[in-house]
Amino acid sequence: MTFLDYAPAPESTSILNLKPSYGLFIGGEFVDGGGSSFASISPSTEKTITTVAEATEADVDRAVKAARVAYDTTWSKMSGSERGKYLFRIARIVQERTRELAVAESMDNGKPIRETRDVDIPLVAAWFFYYAGWADKLEYAGLGPNPQSLGVAAQIVPWNFPLLMLAWKIAPALAAGNTVVLKPAETTPLTALLFAEICQQAQLPAGVVNIITGAGATGAAMVAHPDINKLAFTGSTPVGRQIASTLAGTNTKVTLELGGKGANIIFDDAAIDQAIEGIISGIFFNQGHVCCAGSRLLVQENIHDDVVNRLQNRLATLRLGDPLDKNTDIGAVNSKAQLQRITELVNVGEGEGATRWSSPCAIPEKGFWFAPTVFTDVHTSHRIAREEIFGPVLSVLTFRTPEEAIAKANNSPYGLSAGIWTEKASRMLAVADKLRAGVIWANTFNKFDPASPFGGYQESGYGREGGRHGLAAYLNSSDWKAGSRS
Amino acid sequence: MSPRASALATTHRSHSVLGSGATEKALITFLRGIPGVDTVGAEARAAGFATRSLKTTSKAAGLDMIMSMVDLTTLEGADTRGKVHTLAKKAIVPDSTDPGAPSVAAVCVYGDMVAEVRESLGSWHISQRPDGVAIAAVATAFPSGRASMPVKILDTQFAVSEGADEIDMVIDRGAFLSGSWGMVYDQIVSIKEACQRADGSYAHLKVILETGELATLDNVRRASWLAILAGADFIKTSTGKVSPAATLPVTVTMLEVIRDWHGMTGEKIGMKPAGGIRASKDALRYLVAVAETVGEQWLTPDLFRFGASSLLNDVVMQRQKMRTGHYSGPDYVSVD
Amino acid sequence: MTRLSVAKTYKLYIGGKFPRSESGHTYEVTTPQGAFLANASLASRKDARDAVVAARSAFPGYAGLTSYNRGQILYRIAEVLEGRRDQFVQEILESEGVGAGPAGKQVDEAIDVWVWYAGFADKYAQIVGNGNPVSGPYFNLSTPDPTGVVVAVSPQGLTGTSLLGISAVLAPIITSGNTAVVLSHFSQPRSAISFAEVLATSDVPSGVVNILTGDPAVIMPWMASHADVNALDLAGGSDGDWVAWQQAAAETLKRVVPPTTGIPGRSLDAITAFVETKTVWHTKALG
Repeated sequence: MTFLDYAPAPESTSILNLKPSYGLFIGGEFVDGGGSSFASISPSTEKTITTVAEATEADVDRAVKAARVAYDTTWSKMSGSERGKYLFRIARIVQERTRELAVAESMDNGKPIRETRDVDIPLVAAWFFYYAGWADKLEYAGLGPNPQSLGVAAQIVPWNFPLLMLAWKIAPALAAGNTVVLKPAETTPLTALLFAEICQQAQLPAGVVNIITGAGATGAAMVAHPDINKLAFTGSTPVGRQIASTLAGTNTKVTLELGGKGANIIFDDAAIDQAIEGIISGIFFNQGHVCCAGSRLLVQENIHDDVVNRLQNRLATLRLGDPLDKNTDIGAVNSKAQLQRITELVNVGEGEGATRWSSPCAIPEKGFWFAPTVFTDVHTSHRIAREEIFGPVLSVLTFRTPEEAIAKANNSPYGLSAGIWTEKASRMLAVADKLRAGVIWANTFNKFDPASPFGGYQESGYGREGGRHGLAAYLNSSDWKAGSRS
Repeated sequence: MSPRASALATTHRSHSVLGSGATEKALITFLRGIPGVDTVGAEARAAGFATRSLKTTSKAAGLDMIMSMVDLTTLEGADTRGKVHTLAKKAIVPDSTDPGAPSVAAVCVYGDMVAEVRESLGSWHISQRPDGVAIAAVATAFPSGRASMPVKILDTQFAVSEGADEIDMVIDRGAFLSGSWGMVYDQIVSIKEACQRADGSYAHLKVILETGELATLDNVRRASWLAILAGADFIKTSTGKVSPAATLPVTVTMLEVIRDWHGMTGEKIGMKPAGGIRASKDALRYLVAVAETVGEQWLTPDLFRFGASSLLNDVVMQRQKMRTGHYSGPDYVSVD
Repeated sequence: MTRLSVAKTYKLYIGGKFPRSESGHTYEVTTPQGAFLANASLASRKDARDAVVAARSAFPGYAGLTSYNRGQILYRIAEVLEGRRDQFVQEILESEGVGAGPAGKQVDEAIDVWVWYAGFADKYAQIVGNGNPVSGPYFNLSTPDPTGVVVAVSPQGLTGTSLLGISAVLAPIITSGNTAVVLSHFSQPRSAISFAEVLATSDVPSGVVNILTGDPAVIMPWMASHADVNALDLAGGSDGDWVAWQQAAAETLKRVVPPTTGIPGRSLDAITAFVETKTVWHTKALG
């Protein structure tokens, strides 16, 4: 055994108090759904964690009705200060139950406990704290002296940051005075259900938050429901297109946070060791299941070999394995389906002539795993340079001049994120000016904060989450009239 | 002050990197050309090492490693024969309840105490057995370094002649901060020369950068390269007399230079963080940083040391806990 | 036999500790009818001088915290205050001679003031700061920066002020990262010192808030002319020689907020009165 073969350091699951099955959280209570139930499994062991209900169209209707009643009778009549206090309570309870939520998230999603413990769940608490403070200050949001809530918001969140995406949706919606019906992804419902319990602990009025589990059909029923005022979706671009199309011509406000193919640009004067960390964080954090992942490395040609060399050496120290081990860096891929998609695209990449290098880490027998992989000799016309893989796969391209880097980075229908690595501030600012991306990280990557707006250009979606800008999705400005253009 | 045009003293390392007849100007140009360090990113990387969880067998192995890497240190004006002898005996047997505990790597004292240490170590000196304890002496007007070159050379020669196996020198920080990098370089070369014994062998040279006074990680990076080019066997963070002393980000920055030097030349330089590392928990993080930055080959007293005094007792207590299964206390380890 | 209660001693709050006045002086605090309540420390100019030293020394650390962190601290103050609600209601009943209803309402409002400002700590910069579209290849950003050490006079009205007054004045000052020396309500100082106990147990770093019980007429001339004080909030100063104080402050060009009637309401202006705007330029060029 060498020193680097760290002994197992498992996080205890004793803190969890899970039920064998969960119903739907509607009107402040867990109720039975009208449909069948399905299992949520741990992607690292393939074992069942719990079973959840598949909400039918009738269940969706029940949930929307509960949200509507809560809006009309309670939530829209409550002062902003009081709404804020509920959000402060929720934030505090999330802080109190942080470890429990981190363990549950890691088990259900497959991501390392270190990430859920140090990043995901603290951000969840922070998001609720941040928006709690806006609830009674909406006149300062830049939407006129008396902005109005929309009503009932239907929200659909993905599997890559389950509880964090829930926080991004629910916190601003409630702060702005709306009530919500939220559907977690079918492979990661657990923390949303625990969140429902937290709403009960906070004594949130019944119906303000409703959590309904289900898959694509449930989501479609939500989108098509005639009594929602707002639809917020984070997920894949193809589904985003469907939603936009379905809701065309209606009064329902839509915000979408979709895919990306983020370019991480490394100039030859970059702080090289930190740039390597940034590349790693950019694409291997969360197993690459990040819409804003730095999945394209655009490296200045004169430092290409040195960078690739350093990258491969650094990748050798990443540990892949049990998500609940505190030393794990790379966890499981969330589902068999996702693993298939990644594998397919990686095969395409090899077929296109790119050179593949995968980390020689040991892969466990059970569960869904993909070793961190780097493709060099990638060219702009390759599919692996243009399509979102959503896995721990990096495509390396080169550039010669800043203008060329910008052109290549922008050459995509996506526009979610980008990274710039240079020690020269004037260049960084000028490049940032020209990049068509909603989030630009300079000399860092994958940094999130509730005060910082996040969202994409073009096919990466529209609308922003986080910051003062994040309130706009859930309010109509004082001048808005029904049927007007905005 | 404009850079000197005259040639620097050549070492085989500077020759390979800068060519023959290299001037201060060439050295400055080289050092300025090294990529900078983004401090926020560097601190985040260091914090990442602190999240590693070393348990059971990993922890036990780590604690033994730390113990064997300690340079047990006393550098006080009030040092006496009595104090130094107590320390030397402790260095040999850190835990009287556990004869299996390894000896530390070295005892570190001022030059005028070297003879006392030698006497106290007796047959446990490294010259008598490979698992023995070495003698490290600070020299060059430690800790400030503010004295004339002849005095600093004499200081070094004296310690070597008294029997020091290793010399911990300080660089001239004033010269570094005012840009006289050639002077800093030449001083290290001279002290390295002063480490030569009558039989032609050299005492081992550790170069203390005093990173707390260098202030920026860019400076730490450049000073590390400079010290290596000038002939350092080890680069060391601090004297322990200035705060901040050793920190994880500074140590990682220095380890990265050692890694790059090894990649470039195949040569292995050692590293020693000193001062401020009091708890085993912290020391374990340093081991992780070494293993994951420059590689496990560096996890040996020949290439990594901890400059510490109170750390040793904490390691002893942690080992006792692992052995007995309960928490220990200060009454169960000896005061030095 | 009724149990004899243990009466509380009311001291000053400076540098996170509760010292008596260095002068050794105290003054009688009574109910509106004149019944004895306590001997409070009578703050001297030297106590005030020490408070400014404490506030200045705490400023870099406190201003250097993230605004999220400061918001958490202010929210914690609200939590602890809520937990001690009954104690504060009781003190107000005795000091102000009002009924339980108004006393309870005052405490509730004070708690809500802390919650309101807590929620603004990490947001107000997004409202008063912004990028500026200058003409030229320059990045240009304006951000608020806390001014430093602020000395404030709490509202001195006879009712409704003991706790709410100091809260309404202090919260906006420290939201942005300033540190403060606050003169309490002079004749009804007990709520302010009990409030100091709340601060001492709410993760507020030592020296961020310092509370002096004493006569503004004695203390304020020294604070107004003090070269290491950056700003004055004269909210409760209308009964004193506040114009002279403002004139004295002019010597070092302090920012001065003149007296208000009653208790200041919650506002963004209350925060921005004590921040500076810093604008940073940087060139932008691809080459």
